[in-house]
Amino acid sequence: MMIVAGQSQSAYFLEETSTVSESHTLSVLVDNEPGVLARVIGLFSGRGYNIESLTVSEVEHENHLSRITIVTGGTPQVITQIMNQLARLVPVHRVVNLTKKGDAIERELALVKVAGKGEHRVEALRLAQAFSARTVDATLESFVFELSGSPTDIDRFVNLMTECGLVEVARTGLAALSRGREAM
Amino acid sequence: MTRQMTGAEMVIQALIDQGVDTIFGYPGGAVLPIYDELHQQDKINHVLVRHEQGAGHAAEGYARSTGRVGVALVTSGPGATNMVTPLTDALMDSIPMVCITGQVPTHLIGNDAFQECDTVGITRPCTKHNWLVKRIEDLPRILHEAFRIATTGRPGPVVVDIPKNIQFQTGTYTNYKGQPQTQYNPRVKGDEAAIREAVALLAAAKKPVLYTGGGVINSGPAASTLLRELVKLTNMPITSTLMGLGAYPASGPNWIGMLGMHGTYEANMTMHDCDVMVCVGARFDDRITGRIDAFAPNAKKIHIDIDPSSINKNVRVDIPIVGDVGYVLEDMIKVWKQTHPQQDKAAMAAWWQQIAVWKAKKCLSYRKNNDVIMPQYAIERLYQLTKGHDTYITTEVGQHQMWAAQYFGFEEPNRWMTSGGLGTMGYGLPAALGVQIAHPDSLVIDIAGDASIQMCIQEMSTAIQYDAPIKIFILNNQYMGMVRQWQQLLHGNRLSHSYTEAMPDFVKLAEAYGGVGIRAEKPDELDGAIEEMIRIRKPVLFDCRVANLANCFPMIPSGKAHNEMLLGDASDDEIDSAIGSTGKVLV
Repeated sequence: MMIVAGQSQSAYFLEETSTVSESHTLSVLVDNEPGVLARVIGLFSGRGYNIESLTVSEVEHENHLSRITIVTGGTPQVITQIMNQLARLVPVHRVVNLTKKGDAIERELALVKVAGKGEHRVEALRLAQAFSARTVDATLESFVFELSGSPTDIDRFVNLMTECGLVEVARTGLAALSRGREAM
Repeated sequence: MTRQMTGAEMVIQALIDQGVDTIFGYPGGAVLPIYDELHQQDKINHVLVRHEQGAGHAAEGYARSTGRVGVALVTSGPGATNMVTPLTDALMDSIPMVCITGQVPTHLIGNDAFQECDTVGITRPCTKHNWLVKRIEDLPRILHEAFRIATTGRPGPVVVDIPKNIQFQTGTYTNYKGQPQTQYNPRVKGDEAAIREAVALLAAAKKPVLYTGGGVINSGPAASTLLRELVKLTNMPITSTLMGLGAYPASGPNWIGMLGMHGTYEANMTMHDCDVMVCVGARFDDRITGRIDAFAPNAKKIHIDIDPSSINKNVRVDIPIVGDVGYVLEDMIKVWKQTHPQQDKAAMAAWWQQIAVWKAKKCLSYRKNNDVIMPQYAIERLYQLTKGHDTYITTEVGQHQMWAAQYFGFEEPNRWMTSGGLGTMGYGLPAALGVQIAHPDSLVIDIAGDASIQMCIQEMSTAIQYDAPIKIFILNNQYMGMVRQWQQLLHGNRLSHSYTEAMPDFVKLAEAYGGVGIRAEKPDELDGAIEEMIRIRKPVLFDCRVANLANCFPMIPSGKAHNEMLLGDASDDEIDSAIGSTGKVLV
């Protein structure tokens, strides 16, 4: 008599009970109107949910739609609750769990500033080439590299750069899309 | 219909087009243009309260007793911040309310102008949705959408914040009533496969129970009728949350009383031991479930709710059905009638026998007293003596509220208005005012405590002004009774600041406002005094002096399960040790 995912027509399926916290990437399509980001962020802080990364930008100018990509953590039940709470907000059109859909493309852009002389400087440039990072600024004592890739790629690059005179990093947070021809 | 008019005129026109005939409000600098328009028309009746909080709760009372939307109109700054409590109250209890607030002119927003506050920022977490109207072109669309969002899906409060210069500007008004202006479109029909599964599960149940809530009331009177039909078809025992009282009549054969922290022994035991539970328009609140890991441990659970976020929030359910209670109940009844399921008659008879054993505990009995009025007795008498009348009950929050829920019987929906989720002391008097304005010829009683009543007592003045003959029945025990009871349970009976040493003379207070004061001190004078109160066609403050230290039982102590109730005959030692260290931190 239990509803099992995939067998019932019900919109809401039971998750397996689990107390293990998982990281999920949610894509949220919202009306681009004043206060919409505050509503989303307020929901997370007000209900004690966690935001690991959040990006937002208008994606359909004509329709005034923005896409918010949120990386959040929690047990499967909490993730479902977060999605339901998001969907309840009036300006929210759709909420999709990209992690659950599986194998989504996740990219982030980072600007990484390193400073140094001699061997450090040569090594930084060599590593940047190995990671296919672009050099977007250079002085006699510094570089700024631009790197896009998965968050783990960027973590690895930034970790290596700490050995080569890392000064500061700016990261955009995650942009993500599902694979295949379907939209969210 | 399209017409040129000012923003202030648009507000009035939209209210008229939405069928609003009564609003509750308080004027101020930033809403003067709207008040000027109110002055020049006669379609909308405005009730002038004494404090904006009163306007909000009155709108709630109006909404809950009529099933229509409640409307409040207040000014910027303190007007708006005073609305925060009623807005939160309406959000927690899913009450449809449209609140229009004035705002400083757009060019002053952000400048810390006089009576400026970030109204949409402050009210964002306590509304279903809110808007700051920055262009006159947007105003008609937003006004009508505000009504649609407040009243459809899971109802709730909305705020429309209108800067003063927008109120003066002229624009084109269009009546958008019934035309969605956003993509918001809640699902009302339940999933058919899930409904079929639910009916099959229900039919096979040996120990079923219906646990209903405010969602049944919110769905409209038809939902209550359907609920009664389903109970009759299935012969299930039915219990309800505080919010859902009246959906099924208290005199009905299958009624087992309210459940939860101060619910009946039989209702909570039935919940604990059931094998199939149907939750209809309720949300497994902590007052209901008690210790969550011991909540109905052997039950398959069906949950009908219009709000998907209520599903699996506190309790995992086996069959969730997202939809409006009315639609889902209708479909369930249809399926039941189509499939003619054969219930296990022997099992059902045994189940009812077991319930009869629990009922025989008589958990609501209390020690009678000939010298002092017991609070339970006062409510019992109030119930008996108002039975023949067209009665509406509101309450404040505390012991009196629970006694009212336990000892007053409700036969119909929309007759019982109480602050359930937020637990707002001060709710009852203004709510009663709103109810009385909507039902001028009915008997409207606010069952109050001596502490709660002083939180919005100023609305007595409003009641006098509008000739609203509300009756305030105060169970006066000199204490914040529920606080005192918890101090006894949790803090070694150290009664820190829960005694009111300077109590006003409620009889004189009533007279000062222009109402009538009545006092009853002995059980034998109670009936006569209540009858006198009912006869008087004026606002009445009834000072009912009750036993000071009575506790509200039965009770599930915090952190305990449904089958670990404290009953009325609990000894002081049992009360002192009822709550363990994990329960102590709970509220």
